[in-house]
Amino acid sequence: MAQQLDQTNDVDGATLIEIFRRSMRVYKTDERFRQMLMSGKLRLVYYPVRGQEVLSASMMTALNIDDYLVTTYRGVHDQVAKGIPLKDLWAEFTGKVTGTCKGKGGPMHITDPDTGVMVTTGIVGAGLPIANGLALASQESGDGRVTVVCFGDGATNIGAFHEALNLASLWKLPVIFLCQNNRYGEHTAYAASTSAKQIVDRAPGYGMEAIKVDGNNPIEMYNAAKAAVDRARAGEGPTLIEAMTYRMLGHTFGADFSYVPKELQEEAKANDPIPAFRTLLLARGVSEDEIAAIEAAIDAELDAAVEHALSSEYPGLEELRIDVLKEEIRA
Amino acid sequence: MSTPDKISFAQAINQALDEAMGADPKVMILGEDIADAQGGGVFKATKGLSTKYGTGRVRTTPIAEQAIMGAAVGAAIAGYRPVAEIMFMNFLTVCMDQLVNHAAKLRFMSGGKTWVPLTVRCTTGAGVGFGGQHSDMLEAWFAHVPGMKVVSASNPAEAKGLLLSAIEDDDPTLFIEDIMMYSQQGEAPEPGFRVPLGKARVRREGSDVSVITYGRPVRLMDEMAERLAGEGINVEVIDLRTIAPFDEETVLNSVAKTGRAVIVHEAIKSFGTGAEISSRIHEELFSDLKAPVQRIGSKYAPVPFSPPLEQAFLYSEDEVTTAIKRIMG
Repeated sequence: MAQQLDQTNDVDGATLIEIFRRSMRVYKTDERFRQMLMSGKLRLVYYPVRGQEVLSASMMTALNIDDYLVTTYRGVHDQVAKGIPLKDLWAEFTGKVTGTCKGKGGPMHITDPDTGVMVTTGIVGAGLPIANGLALASQESGDGRVTVVCFGDGATNIGAFHEALNLASLWKLPVIFLCQNNRYGEHTAYAASTSAKQIVDRAPGYGMEAIKVDGNNPIEMYNAAKAAVDRARAGEGPTLIEAMTYRMLGHTFGADFSYVPKELQEEAKANDPIPAFRTLLLARGVSEDEIAAIEAAIDAELDAAVEHALSSEYPGLEELRIDVLKEEIRA
Repeated sequence: MSTPDKISFAQAINQALDEAMGADPKVMILGEDIADAQGGGVFKATKGLSTKYGTGRVRTTPIAEQAIMGAAVGAAIAGYRPVAEIMFMNFLTVCMDQLVNHAAKLRFMSGGKTWVPLTVRCTTGAGVGFGGQHSDMLEAWFAHVPGMKVVSASNPAEAKGLLLSAIEDDDPTLFIEDIMMYSQQGEAPEPGFRVPLGKARVRREGSDVSVITYGRPVRLMDEMAERLAGEGINVEVIDLRTIAPFDEETVLNSVAKTGRAVIVHEAIKSFGTGAEISSRIHEELFSDLKAPVQRIGSKYAPVPFSPPLEQAFLYSEDEVTTAIKRIMG
């Protein structure tokens, strides 16, 4: 079932620049979170996404804004790449009432239906069955939307993954299972937790199309994403994408990751997707000035987002009684 | 067989689903064996619906409760009103994550940006010899979770009215059916009849003691109250109908009047819903009570198979009358 990628399939310049813009929006957001945590200006449990920027940016560029996204607690790259306004995201991460969820969900539960970010779950693997439901709604209503659910390689060992793939394939749901194989599930290496040689090997058992790509290569990743989106939108069913990447930092910000062999860390640094993407753009004739302008616009959005988040109010305590049920809980 | 003015509990469920699907194209049903090709459900509650509304909206699923509940949650967020049938209440343990961590919490965690208008139907109950994994009454687990409602009907008409209210409600609701009651006949409700969520029903007024119950024991308590009236004890029988959030106003008003309360449920007594209701009564009405609140539930054991053991496990009417006579002094 594994597809062969057409290596000659190029990506046009405008699309490539859009993927780069989204990649940098993720990169700079992640960088700023870590800077502010390091300097003590922020206090929260943060799951870094350094190294996985291009993967998300390529996937989300292949989607429409109203296509659905389900992601996990390590999902800020997916949310930002999908297009979530940074000021709303930052306000939520800081627990402010101006956040995407009025500060009530926090980093692990970002929800922003305006940009299709429907569920962010803190439970490994739980997003996959829910993504099927979103896709089921699209299949029944004929609204043409596609649902993408992001998860790590570690999530493919939990039962929900298998139940979800079986159902999606059985019902030919317009859903894309995007496994971001970053080689570690928390602190445990892939080989120590996963019996399959590669994640794509799990798809044929469910009669599902699957493709393995270098998720850090925007051309490969975008082409795989686009093909899966086109298949889903055409009613041809789900796809499992195994996108190879690497989590360049620990499980949580500040956590020790000396369990990762030095050679692997060195190799990953040498293959950092962000400088590689910049080199690619320059080789394709994009000027330094164009790149600088993209980055400056993101910096400005980010500065404003941080300022907005820090100056916003915390939610009023009455919020404890609101949104528990539709009807407000009596004081 | 039923006459036009009588329906069975199973027919009541079927009619409610039929009416809900007819009225709202966003209502869909997911569950094991539910389409007509699979027999219309193991208790026939969904019989005829896939033929009438299609197998798109009435979907037989694999035996995969996480997949069922997750699909229902996702479809609910996207604007559908799914009814997920989890065949037996014990099977909810397989998909607790989807129900407890997701369905119940998404409205709050999203700050009201998403919500989950989901109804989960399941059946359970001791007395038919299913043993320890098909009979438990686990309502207290779900009543303890903020963000979801738990209901249980005691007769066919109210089952229909309660299920329609659950489907039309914008919050996730667990609708508990009793396997012993499917063939029970009762008055057919008027068209459009609804039982509002969160409202108990005083089935019989009395001045001596309030018996607070729900589900299968309700009919037993009605009959018991009739007998005790002959002995000069006037029992007020309250059917909670909604277990969570329960109708505190009706319960407290009743106990303020009678000064005595007995809570009866099939779930085991320890840490059951009776403990919560009893505590609320003590907190609000301690000085008005003529006796401590009594709780009658099943014994602290897995539901046994052997018929004498199964009967001994269950709460009994004798235990209720003994408790009432004790607190009547």
